[in-house]
Amino acid sequence: METGLYALQRVSAMIMAPLIVVHLGIILYAMRGGLTAAEIMSRTEGSVAWALFYGLFVVCAAVHAPIGVRSVLREWTPLAPRLIDAAMLVFGAALLVLGVRAVYAVTGGWS
Amino acid sequence: MQDMTEQETMLEVAIWRGGADGRFVTYEVPLRANQTVLDVVTEVQRRHEPALAYRFACRVGVCGSCAMTVNGAPKWTCRTHVKQVAATGKITIEPLRNLPRIKDLATDMTGFFEKWDRAGGRFRGSATRHDEPARVDPASRQRQYADAGIECINCAVCYAACEVVAWDDAYYGPAALNRAWTLVNDERHAATKQTLADASDRGGCGNCHSQGSCVRHCPIGLNPTRSIAGLKRMSLLQFVGMGR
Repeated sequence: METGLYALQRVSAMIMAPLIVVHLGIILYAMRGGLTAAEIMSRTEGSVAWALFYGLFVVCAAVHAPIGVRSVLREWTPLAPRLIDAAMLVFGAALLVLGVRAVYAVTGGWS
Repeated sequence: MQDMTEQETMLEVAIWRGGADGRFVTYEVPLRANQTVLDVVTEVQRRHEPALAYRFACRVGVCGSCAMTVNGAPKWTCRTHVKQVAATGKITIEPLRNLPRIKDLATDMTGFFEKWDRAGGRFRGSATRHDEPARVDPASRQRQYADAGIECINCAVCYAACEVVAWDDAYYGPAALNRAWTLVNDERHAATKQTLADASDRGGCGNCHSQGSCVRHCPIGLNPTRSIAGLKRMSLLQFVGMGR
């Protein structure tokens, strides 16, 4: 299992790195021109491309973050490994749910 | 014969006495030319403190028995000259970090060697004594990887230097993983997959932060961080079905 988690964490990081660059670039671009929230929403709502882009981002973050936090907790706290694993499953699920909700809120309406 | 009127320069040595709840006791020994830290400990035991417990065997940097913490850093004491570490005329000598203290400078190395085993460090041959000796090409990449780590003397200096060992009891540590790396690159080893599986398990290579304290302190200049990186790479390739 450790090798699998190790691989997942690396692969998710590799996928996220270019996504983060695009994400930050878009923020800078959108804010420089002074776009309002409504104007941004009008561009993202119904966009399958943005839904896929941020959907992939959310999945990668939900996989990547709990694996890293798991290592930190194992090294820095006396918590039992099984408890940490269970807590990280909950943490990952929470990230996924919150992220998917946010993506849906911004890009929804493309049914 | 030594001139008795000459004033001897003394070295102040603080040595850990007792187990985990012990304390430092300071001794004075004459500062000599070409004196190693192990010589100092021996002198203290012979002249001041016959009950002082410490461990050594070969005195020439081969057996890996005499490692201690000298002025806060892990060292092989038989090859560490006092003049390298005692610029102020004082040295502090403690047992190695990350290992249970038994008494004075002696630590319990059981956990260190158990981890060595758990990380897959035991060689399993496939040939018998009736077979021809294996012909291993010294220029092959695999053999060069193995050769780069093979001189480890298991002194546990890297284990004492490693922060991840200090944080996580389960972590096998640099020496054990370096050993596993030499084995998976030894073409005579019959259990490569098992060794790789063991070395990438819970306490294994994935825990290493590549901080490099092992490289910095290894007395014979090995690079366990590179060995562990090799294990990470190999276990990943194995995981995605591209292993050899």
